[in-house]
Amino acid sequence: MIEARGLTKRFGDKLAVDQLSFTIEPGRITGFLGPNGAGKTTTMRLILGLDHPTGGSVSVNGREFSRSASPMREVGALLDAKAMHGGRSAYNHLLCLAQTNSLPRRRVGEVLDLVGLTEVAGKRSKGFSLGMGQRLGIAAALLGDPALLMFDEPVNGLDPEGILWIRSLMKQLAGEGRTVFVSSHLMSEMENTADHLIVIGRGRLIADCSVAEFIERNSVQAVRVRTPQPDELVAAIRRVGGRVAAAGEAIVIHGLAADKVGDLAYENGIRLHELAVAQASLEEAYMEQTAASVEFRAGGGPAAEQAEEQGDRVSTGGVA
Amino acid sequence: MTVTAQAAGSQRTAVRPASAGRAGFGGALRSELTKIRSVRSTYWTLFAMIVITIGISALLSWGRIQDYASQPAVVQAHEALRIRSRATEFSMFGLILGQLVIAVLGALTITSEYSTGMIRTSLTVLPRRGTVYAAKAVVFTAVALAAGLVTSFGSYFIGQAIFATHHLNSSIGQPGVLRAVIGGGLFLAVCGLLSYGIGALLRSTAGAITASVALLFVLFVLSGFLPSSWAMHVDKWIPFNAGGAIWENLSGVNMFSPWVGFGVFCAYAAVAVVAGGILFRTRDA
Repeated sequence: MIEARGLTKRFGDKLAVDQLSFTIEPGRITGFLGPNGAGKTTTMRLILGLDHPTGGSVSVNGREFSRSASPMREVGALLDAKAMHGGRSAYNHLLCLAQTNSLPRRRVGEVLDLVGLTEVAGKRSKGFSLGMGQRLGIAAALLGDPALLMFDEPVNGLDPEGILWIRSLMKQLAGEGRTVFVSSHLMSEMENTADHLIVIGRGRLIADCSVAEFIERNSVQAVRVRTPQPDELVAAIRRVGGRVAAAGEAIVIHGLAADKVGDLAYENGIRLHELAVAQASLEEAYMEQTAASVEFRAGGGPAAEQAEEQGDRVSTGGVA
Repeated sequence: MTVTAQAAGSQRTAVRPASAGRAGFGGALRSELTKIRSVRSTYWTLFAMIVITIGISALLSWGRIQDYASQPAVVQAHEALRIRSRATEFSMFGLILGQLVIAVLGALTITSEYSTGMIRTSLTVLPRRGTVYAAKAVVFTAVALAAGLVTSFGSYFIGQAIFATHHLNSSIGQPGVLRAVIGGGLFLAVCGLLSYGIGALLRSTAGAITASVALLFVLFVLSGFLPSSWAMHVDKWIPFNAGGAIWENLSGVNMFSPWVGFGVFCAYAAVAVVAGGILFRTRDA
């Protein structure tokens, strides 16, 4: 379990992580979402103790990770596929890591087998493709049979086969009861893998909820209508408590189902030229959420509501 | 090569190892030994150090002997005593270049972690940074000392074989000779350790090597240009002179005695290693 409380990291005058508080619960896949530069990598580095926080704290299983007596049993991390000495063979790379935690030598063979690198175990890693480097990094993360795994943008730059492999691996790891914390800047990546989401933008927390909740909250169901009598329809909708997001020749309605809108038009004798159900994709909702965070940062306090309102408007606009 | 996509699905990712998994200093030492022996640069630099030191030493010894042989007998009688008394240090003078090669390895031991990005992995599997730093220093020092002793004994015996052609050699049993030869190995190890500390301070291979060469070699050369009134006070503090006292027969009255000089040199290295260690622990990796 990872707990961040008011976690803050400043580089010069740039605030990379800003008062971040979250809890990563054990036994599930938590997706860590945010655009590039949002502070995801810095947050992961803070968790591992590679960076020291400017303020706040983060603990792994109740204490600072640097105090762990058996770090490889607690956390396996892949932050960067190139974080290895290219002149060292895959086998020796894993061996020197295993030795730090007094892990048995046979674990090296086991994880090499697991990621499919046994054939090239004796080769120096500088000749490896990105995908192979990624596999070697994952092998290193799995060496200590850790209860918690952290992956930073694991599918970046991988071919479709590699992406598929990583996805199935993460599901398998979670299926074995491990905690998986995986970052991505793509919502679509999280849609099919994560159980829970932590979304950040500009170093600040935007959402901390289940994927289902995030979808429900952000991908607003809307009904889109075209009518030659817009004023009458808008008035009718407002009478029954519906909300009109965009008026004009095409009207976008929230809070009413499509059949209800159709009935309402019929009862009021309003002609409809088009009646359609639309749903903002998760990707659009996420992009809007994070784009709003940029404005929230720049505009200060009162802009929060404005940002929320804007998020609402544009997410439906994206459908039309 | 091809890697198959089904690798993940086919087996469980782990069989929990029964008792293992504790991080400690012993494991860190084994790990650092694996690191240093599993990259080619270690072998190349140690090989270069041995070859360069022994080669330069042998060349200088041979040069002395050629000089000596070409003198008239009267001069030879006078020279013989001087050469014989300094035969040990003449046979080891290649250390002046050997020190720079071990400095390269000392710096690389730590800076390569940064240049390759390995440091992030190293500190993730063992986040107790003091343990990582100390284990690295201990393993490097042991390797440097072993190679340093091979170098200094090799230089000594080859050099003496050359001096022996004119019966001008020293013998290992003479007072101070064994100390000088072992001292040559110690000197190399401490040179490397100084550079290791500088490497931790600067975290850049090029920067650390440049700084080490400046301290170990350039300062020594520059000290030759000082007015003698200054040199009297400054010379013995120059790292090469202080550390060299243990293997050189520094006749100058202003120099440190062998062990005091070596102690000063160790203190320089200690400052670099401790300062580097403090930054290693506190800086973001």
